[in-house]
Amino acid sequence: MSATLTPAAQQTAFDAASFEKFLATRTEPAWATELRRSAFEAYRESLLSELDPEEWKRVDIRAFRPEKFSIPAAAQSTHALETLLADRAEFAGVVSHLDGACTRTTLSEKWAQKGVLFGNLSDLIQTHGDVLRPHLMTRGVKPDSDRFSAWHAAFWTGGTVLYVPRNVEVNEPLYSLIGLAAEAAADFTHTLIILEEGASATLLEETTSASPTATGLHVGAVELLLARQSNLRYVQLQNWNDKVWHFAHQVGRVEADASLQWTVGGLGARLAHIHQDVFLDGRGAEAEVNGVTFATDRQVISYYTQQTHNAPNTRSDLLYKDVVRDKARVIWRGMIKVAKDAQKTDGYQRNDGLIMSDTCRVDAIPGLEIEADDVRCTHGATCGRVDEEQLFYCMCRGLTRSEAMHMIVQGFFQRVYDRIPVEIVRETLGHAVERKLGIFG
Amino acid sequence: MSSLLKITDLHVAVDEKPILKGVSLELRQGEVHALMGPNGSGKSTLAYTLVGHPKYEITSGTIEIDGTNINELDPCERARLGLFLAFQYPVTIPGVKVADFLRHAVTNIRNPERKEGEGLIPMREFRKELKERMEELGMDLEFARRYLNEGFSGGEKKRMEILQLAMLQPKFALLDETDSGLDSDAVRVVSEGLKKLSGPQMGSLIITHHERLLEYNVPQFTHVMLAGKIVETGDAELAHELHNHGYAAIRERHPAEAAEEQERQAKAQTANAGI
Repeated sequence: MSATLTPAAQQTAFDAASFEKFLATRTEPAWATELRRSAFEAYRESLLSELDPEEWKRVDIRAFRPEKFSIPAAAQSTHALETLLADRAEFAGVVSHLDGACTRTTLSEKWAQKGVLFGNLSDLIQTHGDVLRPHLMTRGVKPDSDRFSAWHAAFWTGGTVLYVPRNVEVNEPLYSLIGLAAEAAADFTHTLIILEEGASATLLEETTSASPTATGLHVGAVELLLARQSNLRYVQLQNWNDKVWHFAHQVGRVEADASLQWTVGGLGARLAHIHQDVFLDGRGAEAEVNGVTFATDRQVISYYTQQTHNAPNTRSDLLYKDVVRDKARVIWRGMIKVAKDAQKTDGYQRNDGLIMSDTCRVDAIPGLEIEADDVRCTHGATCGRVDEEQLFYCMCRGLTRSEAMHMIVQGFFQRVYDRIPVEIVRETLGHAVERKLGIFG
Repeated sequence: MSSLLKITDLHVAVDEKPILKGVSLELRQGEVHALMGPNGSGKSTLAYTLVGHPKYEITSGTIEIDGTNINELDPCERARLGLFLAFQYPVTIPGVKVADFLRHAVTNIRNPERKEGEGLIPMREFRKELKERMEELGMDLEFARRYLNEGFSGGEKKRMEILQLAMLQPKFALLDETDSGLDSDAVRVVSEGLKKLSGPQMGSLIITHHERLLEYNVPQFTHVMLAGKIVETGDAELAHELHNHGYAAIRERHPAEAAEEQERQAKAQTANAGI
């Protein structure tokens, strides 16, 4: 799959000549190449216009220099990645990527025999192109959404694919690890999950850096495609080092009576911006979205979340909790959209921010666009400091101020943890938050 | 040797307004003291000051435990020296389970040198002890898994304070109107609970308007506050008398403080009217 390259050509930039060189390194069906070509056109065009001010006006990316990053030709194979999740459970399958290239795929025979596909997009597009073609960047992430989706669609290098056939219930969790190691490496991995009717699965995905100081770039896409009556739990823990730029389009599409439970952990990155869309496309579809964000130092973590109800009797429930410290910033812009005939929609969105210092900031802006007339939609945002009376009370029981502060922060996140049914995810998040708080037990 | 909490000529201001104007009191381990007085006389201020609330500024005087001045210690350090306040209005800590909270608290109090992140008291040992204390106080064990004071009724919160008292076994327990806002059954439970915990290892300062708590926990000393001072100290009989006859006699016997009290109330009214 990876053609031999001269060292000079290994550093791929993103102009037309480099794009052609990049295509030459790929082995994939013609339709996929065509998809890339049109995405590249869209990318070039998109650079001529501004990003959507509604989505980007609070997110300052002027310091971002795309030309400083490039796609490494081959991963430096054996980087030890420090992971939060890898050792916490027995997984039915594992897919790992390093610097954009797949380094490992496993899937227990039991599930492979039932027709489950779990592997690397670059391989599966060759072996199972007909399965992927209807789904890959057609209904979920649209290449022409903006410059980041187009850039990703033109340059994706691999990624994790999960396909679960009709009525197969994968009742053991699967694990996907995306790592960055090389200095100035750009990662364009794509996550594609396709559940056929009545299928179910749990995928835990984690991003991490091999070094705490290497700069990096992730231009990613996540597509979660749930057919009728399917059931997906998807977790993504973004835990890059704080030198990585993270841009992602993430879309869940949920058909009738299907259920999506989606948990996003935002811990790492220098700047992260996630455009997260949930579409409830069929009657009785439901989605629960959980967010745990902890930004420290000078991190900026931004979310643009949309819950779009396209069908009647659908339910969406989003709860984000953000803790911010030092000079960090969290931005959340949420929207519930209800189409005209999506009657009896039940939509909820809420973002709570907790501020731990005088120099950090949370902007939380909920929103509703409702065209149906018989719906129940609730939204809210709160933001406050750690309460002095709570601190005093804890200290009166022998907790130091810092221990009290940490306990209050963990209690603040507990409400989201309570909604996450996968125990190792709750534990992992708690553990990651503890580490970030600087508690070493 | 029993420990001594010694308060000497304590003056305290809140937002630069003097509230306590020279309070002296000695509380030994094993003693029960009642602290009474009309609203606004400074009882709660004394309690909050003793445990180190940052809003209460000591302008002069000292608080000592066994001869060590604790004026400058923060609430955590004071707690680790054996001071405990049962709050009149216990604070809710959302998302923090009672058991987790108490396990940290118990470990810190028993091992005052412990730093954050260091080991906690073994889970098995802690659970067993917590279960025993909860059973003694007639509490549903389910409470250990609930979030601290979240959605608790008034009575449940007060009982939770007594449970914490039982687990932390302080040298000096200050109880700030632990019996207020409770129905008579709940008052009985709390009073009995406190009685069970009392003994030679604990000195109690009971702030109360009611007599019930004192029926179960008969004070050796009753102090009466008026206008930021302790104006009289007597025995259990004094508490009984105040309960039956109110503070009129006290005001008559201490006209200067009574006048100060009136003046302060008038000022407060004017200030309120101004809003």
